[in-house]
Amino acid sequence: MAEVDLRSFTVNFGPQHPAAHGVLRLVLEMSGEIVERADPHIGLLHRGTEKLIEYRPYLQNIPYFDRLDYCSMLCQEHAYVLAVEKLLEVEVPERALYIRTLFDEITRILNHLLNITTMALDCGAMTPLLWMFEEREKLMAFYERVSGARMHANYYRFGGVARDMPAGLAEDIATWLDSFEPLFEDVDNLLSENRIFKQRTVDIGVVTAEDAFNLGFSGPMLRASGVAWDLRKAEPYAMYDRMEFDIPVGRNGDCWDRYLVRMLEVKESMKIVRQCLDQMRPGPVRTDDKKVTPPSRANMKRSMEALIHHFKLYTEGVHVPEGEVYAAVESGKGEFGVYLVSDGTNRPYRCKIRSPGYVHLQALDEMSKGHQLADVVAIIGSMDIVFGEIDR
Amino acid sequence: MTAEQQADLNESLQDLKKLVEDHLGDDLILAQLAHGELSITVATTDLPRALLWLRDDPNMLFKELVDICGVDYPEREQRFDVVYHLLSMHHNQRIRVRVTTDEATPVPSTTGLFRSAGWFEREAWDMYGILFSDHPDLRRLLTDYGFEGHPLRKDFPLTGYVEMRYDDEQQRVVYEPVKLRQDFRNFDFLSPWEGAGGLLPGDEKAVDPAA
Repeated sequence: MAEVDLRSFTVNFGPQHPAAHGVLRLVLEMSGEIVERADPHIGLLHRGTEKLIEYRPYLQNIPYFDRLDYCSMLCQEHAYVLAVEKLLEVEVPERALYIRTLFDEITRILNHLLNITTMALDCGAMTPLLWMFEEREKLMAFYERVSGARMHANYYRFGGVARDMPAGLAEDIATWLDSFEPLFEDVDNLLSENRIFKQRTVDIGVVTAEDAFNLGFSGPMLRASGVAWDLRKAEPYAMYDRMEFDIPVGRNGDCWDRYLVRMLEVKESMKIVRQCLDQMRPGPVRTDDKKVTPPSRANMKRSMEALIHHFKLYTEGVHVPEGEVYAAVESGKGEFGVYLVSDGTNRPYRCKIRSPGYVHLQALDEMSKGHQLADVVAIIGSMDIVFGEIDR
Repeated sequence: MTAEQQADLNESLQDLKKLVEDHLGDDLILAQLAHGELSITVATTDLPRALLWLRDDPNMLFKELVDICGVDYPEREQRFDVVYHLLSMHHNQRIRVRVTTDEATPVPSTTGLFRSAGWFEREAWDMYGILFSDHPDLRRLLTDYGFEGHPLRKDFPLTGYVEMRYDDEQQRVVYEPVKLRQDFRNFDFLSPWEGAGGLLPGDEKAVDPAA
């Protein structure tokens, strides 16, 4: 038999591929249908957020955090606001903490719905996407009612939130929860035990717990590998220490487990939203520290001091004491952290954004080795990557 | 967080600080507790040893490398800080390890200890030009193909040096020097009474009347 010259070839995947979830460019070295090496090229959405942040006063930086991972906006604002509050050492009123918890969980539902359904779409199921995006739209309406913007809310402030929830919103969220529950059950029934979906995801991209540590995983990616680690329990911020919820944990660390963990987390988030709505009491939503919170409009008309504070806060901004802090929250995708270095002026000296997707995408090479090309799509889907936060 | 939890946290951090001080001894340049976080500084050459101990010692078990990032202080001789954030899920503790370096001295790569370090170090190289020795694949990561310079350095202008557009005649993307319609405005909000070292604008002439 004549000798056949076998050699691996290189496939360029993306950046405009619909399964690349944005602008991922993958250079895949393939031997036939088997992936030998995956080299992700990122940075196509790099906007220099960290550099821009160094040139803006603290308050003007909050909107940048909406635009990082555009599926979990308020969680990221939360991390930044926590970091600044740590340096400022301000107390946040209870109602503001409840509102933050509530909207963090709404954000988590938003994020997980997007990921679950687009992952299903990558694996060939279109219906969940159509059903759940309608629900996402309703959730974004809640965003809009509370902040004025559907997605890029810019709602959290140092020492609280921008304004109180409008009347009737709490009731509407409760009503929505009741209507959402059966719909979500439908998705569960349609997908979780679906034969085709399981064939595409079970035993694909397996990560053991030990590997997950070494690869720096966090969030659902880590929990699917069997580690019950959740920042909401381990380092409770906002009102999470008063909430009752469970941490879903996977067993095998494959794509299907990651999917299941997210499905269960949506249910846990619904529980937390309910508890927030029950426990919330009326009260102030911003700290009364006059060096951080601007005065009310009415007060400004009468008090000279209030006028000065207003002027200083909106021209110069907040002066943050010198120091460095790291604050992390459990965003939908994992540990979202902000490392902030302040030199005592009104602008951050350095703000490093630690995004979970960045670390997860790095592991793509190891996870996809030896799998087929179609499995790479399932693995990317199960990673829950959004390029806004990876490229920053 | 209640006051009780805060006290617990502070106590465990004190214990951690003492353990680190006892073990690292003279290798430790600085250990600092601030805002409920422990940061330590070690020499560049001691870094792999310190991180290995932090990862594997049963009292530490900082198995997860959360983040590596650079910080630039151009006025210092050793202008870069390289900051490592570690997390121990077993003891629920965090620690920050810092080394300093300059543009020419490489920092030992930690990719052998933590596989997640690969991209973080590539990013630090890309953004600051910090060198890492023994890194298997120290390429640029986030910037454009063929990019020059290190954009997060403090002496790199916010507007950059080149801009890119699609040229219809040449039928390709072309790079050109940045042209700004309006000068870049960078307002100085430092109060002249607090910030500028007591020297008021205009007063510099009054300091030396002989000149």
